[in-house]
Amino acid sequence: MNDGASAGGYAGQVLRVDVGGGSSRTERLPGEWIEKYVGGRGFVAKILYDEVPPGTDPLGPLNKVVMAAGPLSGVFLPGSGKTHFGAKSPATGGYGDSNIGGHLSPELKMAGYDVLILEGAAADPVIVVIDDGKVSVRPGGEYWGKGCIEAETALKRDLGEDFEIAVIGPAGENLVRFACISHDFGRQAGRTGIGAVLGSKKVKAIAIRGTHTIPLADPEGLRELGKSMYRACFSKPGFREWTPNGTAGVTDWVNEIGAFPTRNFQTSYFPEYKKINGDRLRADIHLTDKGCMGCPIPCGKYSLAKVAEGQAHVEGPEYETIAMIGGDCCLADINEVGYANYVCDELGLDTISAGNVAAFAMECYERGLLTEEQVGRPIAFGDLPSVLYLFRKIAAREGIGDLLAGGVKAAAEKIGGGSERFAIHVKGLEWTGYESRYAPAMMLSYATADIGAHHNRSWAITFDVARGRGKMEGKPEKVVELQHVRPLFDCLGVCRLQWVEIGFDLEWYERVFPLVTGRKVSWDDLLRVSERVWNLTRAFSIRHVPGWGRAMDRPPARFLEEPVPDGPAKGHLITADQMSELLDNYYALRGWDNNGRPTRGKLEELGLDDVAKHLWG
Amino acid sequence: MRLETKDELCSGCRVCQLVCALENFEQNNPKMGLLRIIGHFPQPGRYEIRVCDQCGACRDACPVEAIYEVDGVLRVDESLCTQCMACVEACPRGVMTTHAALASPKKCILCGACAEYCPTGAIYDADTVAAEDAWRITRGEVARTVGGGLGE
Repeated sequence: MNDGASAGGYAGQVLRVDVGGGSSRTERLPGEWIEKYVGGRGFVAKILYDEVPPGTDPLGPLNKVVMAAGPLSGVFLPGSGKTHFGAKSPATGGYGDSNIGGHLSPELKMAGYDVLILEGAAADPVIVVIDDGKVSVRPGGEYWGKGCIEAETALKRDLGEDFEIAVIGPAGENLVRFACISHDFGRQAGRTGIGAVLGSKKVKAIAIRGTHTIPLADPEGLRELGKSMYRACFSKPGFREWTPNGTAGVTDWVNEIGAFPTRNFQTSYFPEYKKINGDRLRADIHLTDKGCMGCPIPCGKYSLAKVAEGQAHVEGPEYETIAMIGGDCCLADINEVGYANYVCDELGLDTISAGNVAAFAMECYERGLLTEEQVGRPIAFGDLPSVLYLFRKIAAREGIGDLLAGGVKAAAEKIGGGSERFAIHVKGLEWTGYESRYAPAMMLSYATADIGAHHNRSWAITFDVARGRGKMEGKPEKVVELQHVRPLFDCLGVCRLQWVEIGFDLEWYERVFPLVTGRKVSWDDLLRVSERVWNLTRAFSIRHVPGWGRAMDRPPARFLEEPVPDGPAKGHLITADQMSELLDNYYALRGWDNNGRPTRGKLEELGLDDVAKHLWG
Repeated sequence: MRLETKDELCSGCRVCQLVCALENFEQNNPKMGLLRIIGHFPQPGRYEIRVCDQCGACRDACPVEAIYEVDGVLRVDESLCTQCMACVEACPRGVMTTHAALASPKKCILCGACAEYCPTGAIYDADTVAAEDAWRITRGEVARTVGGGLGE
């Protein structure tokens, strides 16, 4: 099945689809990929590095969209529903990837494939249908223009309820650079604009149905260890305490420590946070929990949000949406946040970037850098119609929406007037739900995350709180450690929240890996894989984006020069000198040079000799 | 063992189907699970669980008397089954299960693994857990009474 490199865990095949020509072909999953990159994010990074050369237009036909499962995806163990998408990012121009929960990767593996690669571009809208071994590229015009949820509903009606579907909305069709991919009525691969890459290929949807068994090296052993893993989750206090509110439950804590994005990150405390927290979500709008494949702690909260404009079923809002549309746009009503979440979901906008961009526009308007004439109406923080207006204009690329559809970095370059100081992004990717002026490890995490400002590579803010908010010592070490542990879950194809949120022990993964794959590898071996992938994605971006390095590993000026004005973090910031010192230590720990480039020695040590040649000749 | 369900507790995670197929066929394949989870999305927004209640419609429909009862549990005698699929058509809950890799239609034999590993208490053994307690399991108000070591 796969060069004999693994006895189980992999379907053993890679599916390539030429969406323009409509043809597809199947390749054996290379054993080298399994050994050096494991799966998921590792496969995405390897494929993009090898097959998308520098100079490629992210929205041109030579970019590729990769969807990959990990060896643990779809297996009977906690949180096995994760899928990894990747492409050269239209938001940053560098390596882009985004993770999604639900049921896609299990279905892909049951259809016979670990990896799907979409190549080329269609002239007219298409859908890609994978039904076990039968692959087809079909006309998709009847779905084009529909919202994500509307289109998914129609596709399930037309193809069958048992298809798992990934779909883009109008934002993706219109090449908005923070367009997401949607699945299962409200889950998203939100970040880095991969929805726009699908849109550029005229691919409205990917529909998958599979019936094959996912091979296991030791089915009986896995069954028994899997049961133990579930029982271990059930016995954790967090199983009962964390699950009812899901990720929204962290809203109170983030405000209490002064790290909640508020008013376009002007401050880090939203006085009305108790109106949009997990308790309000659970009590006021929640209908049912919605879990990914194999999940014992479903964080998906399916809700019904009611506002003056109407009512909407929505999965969420989860914490990031509460932070970026709630706090950052100052919406102080869980119904309003939920409804705005729904509008983004239907349009196919990443709620994180969309909230950040809307907040940026509202601050520009307050400061007179955007006029009522330019915007088309008055806009204001705390006003739901303003926020919805901006989202809809962006998705349609109409008027002000066209200016904002490139994200805050591109918009600030056009608006000028010093707006780049409060365009809250790193490398063109909008910042997410943790204001970090009083959290050096978290600030360093955002500055150095491989896709731009994103929290999930290293959610180090708990370490800042535990170790001392103002302290710099030990912070780079923790960031490097987390940047290897957390993305490893994305290689394995499982969710990290069992570990992060309820304290499920990491040792389980080392124990379960050989039962699934037949390969005995240590946790340290797996971390080495993760470090290899981290260096590979860094090298990709260095080769694709001039200046990707130290000069771009930095937060916006607001965070380095304006102390937090109020709330629990009042008066704090991290200076440019402190940031520089954090980076010096971080690069040294990584074996990178002072400009943030992986050294030849480090790359060769990781078995990336070809990459070393590309970077150093 | 008497399987009962609370749809409002189901999160659609399909742990029940995964463990069922492993328990009964040693296959990691939720499509072989002997119970169904049906999502009703985007509206009204809930999952529906269908488990076998041993109603006997399959036995009554079988023309060759291949389905027999032992201690209240209906089983398929594969040596008699002709794969006519009459039982599949007759099953009112759609849980007589067929799969290309399985020789004959399969049905639930009340092994109880689904109830034991359902993370939310949406499937439970009504012989040992009261309906109102199944609801309270997710709120941590009562200990699980099924399964080894799950309780407090």
